[in-house]
Amino acid sequence: MLYADTVVSDPLVHKPKVIAAMLAAAAVFFTVLNLNGTVFGELMRPVIGEPAEAGYYGQFAIGVVLALLFTLNVVVIGFLKFRLQVVIVWLQLLCLFLAFFYGFNLDFEFIRKKVWFMVSQGVFTTLYVSAISIALASVLAIIGAVAKLSSNGFAYAIASFYTSFFRGLPLLMQVYLIYLGLPQLGYVIDAVPAGILALTLCYGAYMTEIFRAGIQSIPKGQWEASRSLGFKFGLTMRRIILPQSLPLIIPPTGNQFIAMLKDSSLVSVIGVWELMFLARTLGNKTFQHMEMLITAALIYWMLSMCLELIQGRIERHFRTKSH
Amino acid sequence: MNKPVIEMRGVNKWYGTYHALRNVNFTVSKGDKIVICGPSGSGKSTLIRTLNWLESHQEGEITVDGIRLHEKMKDIDKVRMEVGMVFQHFNLFPHLSVLENLMAAPMWVRGVAEAEARETAMKYLERVRIPEQADKFPGQLSGGQQQRVAIARSLCMNPKVMLFDEPTSALDPEMVSEVLDTMVELAQDGMTMVCVTHEMGFAKAVADRVIFMDAGEIIEENDPVQFFENPQSERTRTFLSQILQH
Repeated sequence: MLYADTVVSDPLVHKPKVIAAMLAAAAVFFTVLNLNGTVFGELMRPVIGEPAEAGYYGQFAIGVVLALLFTLNVVVIGFLKFRLQVVIVWLQLLCLFLAFFYGFNLDFEFIRKKVWFMVSQGVFTTLYVSAISIALASVLAIIGAVAKLSSNGFAYAIASFYTSFFRGLPLLMQVYLIYLGLPQLGYVIDAVPAGILALTLCYGAYMTEIFRAGIQSIPKGQWEASRSLGFKFGLTMRRIILPQSLPLIIPPTGNQFIAMLKDSSLVSVIGVWELMFLARTLGNKTFQHMEMLITAALIYWMLSMCLELIQGRIERHFRTKSH
Repeated sequence: MNKPVIEMRGVNKWYGTYHALRNVNFTVSKGDKIVICGPSGSGKSTLIRTLNWLESHQEGEITVDGIRLHEKMKDIDKVRMEVGMVFQHFNLFPHLSVLENLMAAPMWVRGVAEAEARETAMKYLERVRIPEQADKFPGQLSGGQQQRVAIARSLCMNPKVMLFDEPTSALDPEMVSEVLDTMVELAQDGMTMVCVTHEMGFAKAVADRVIFMDAGEIIEENDPVQFFENPQSERTRTFLSQILQH
């Protein structure tokens, strides 16, 4: 939460001017949308007569009714407590979202038949490719961060070249370069190791910067106290500096992991059977692309939400541990 | 005569072109209690930090516990193990409990067994009178308590000399005395101490010698009675009148 003011004012959505403006904007919006031909037109039949012939009058009547309902909804929610507001608004947005997907006329029987394979093969591959990559990237990031903070010219040069190169190239291009480039040098690499290597190198470069910032944010006094007690560099780093930078490193690293989960879809281009690859291929035969894409989208979303929850728990753990 | 624990001969230090220490000479023998004072920016912190080589010097010779400090030395840690340092801002390890703060160095550096380290830690916590805080974290203690933990942390390494770099400057006024009391007790036990401080009461009570520094130079070095009652240099007189007038 941001800084909470001690002065309590009316909620924004209870100010008459705001309500009036919201009502007007919603009425215009729903009128312009022209909902005569939809289910709303049917519902309004008693008022506007035959929807197909209602014309501008029908459009306007539907617009006003929907705008009233919308505004009433917002005003009522405005009376609730914060938590309840969050839950209700979430549910309403989710319903709108599902209604949007429902509008595609999806073949749910087809989805039901394929979804298990998508989860067992696709989700599994996506997760283990991401997990291995993030673990290796973390190791790379610690080494890179120490090298970037080092006074050794070689170490700094190599580390800064590495971060510059791998942050500067599109990940998709890195995937191609590794999968297609390495065999040119006589080393044939499988798709999965190639994908993991590309993700590791790319995210290792981003995370190097996160780790560097985390290490740098620890006050100099911690180093001085450690060194004056006779701790050597490695011991100081391992026992004093890194444990203190973890609470600073974990939120952005969790962010990177969520980003990687989705960027792992890029390795589908080299034929790794992960979620995105299956989403593109399973519906191919019968042209049911939308079914598979939407299913995969929802699965990605759910995975991300799980990771967000885990990240939140870890952050809370660190917050309660060091006061 | 005792072999000196610390010896500085003709020490010069520059930060870039800024001359931070000018031809500093002084000796600390075993059991000596020395107070260094002087206006801000006079080089007193720099001086005390060169004694365990948190700062390097460029000219002259510093010998601590028989080991000469220089750039190429491999065993700086040997010197630092024998020299306890207490900082203005405590610099406790916030992610470790008080007890862990005290046990860390003996276990990780000296390789002492855990049970023994715990015993030593509790002994020194009792000595600084806060054994009941052993399982708390530094952030839960008051400033005075934190500084006493920091002193105990250094003592756990059983150092031959203790350096204090303005140990009470960051404290609220009512906490200064609890830290000074601890330092007085330490002095009475015969610890060799070098203290940068403006606590003139402390200097009068325990110091064998008081050193006044200005602009990187040692202006005056004298026993406390002489120093306060009969200062030799004009600059010392000005400084004393400034800090003692309240």
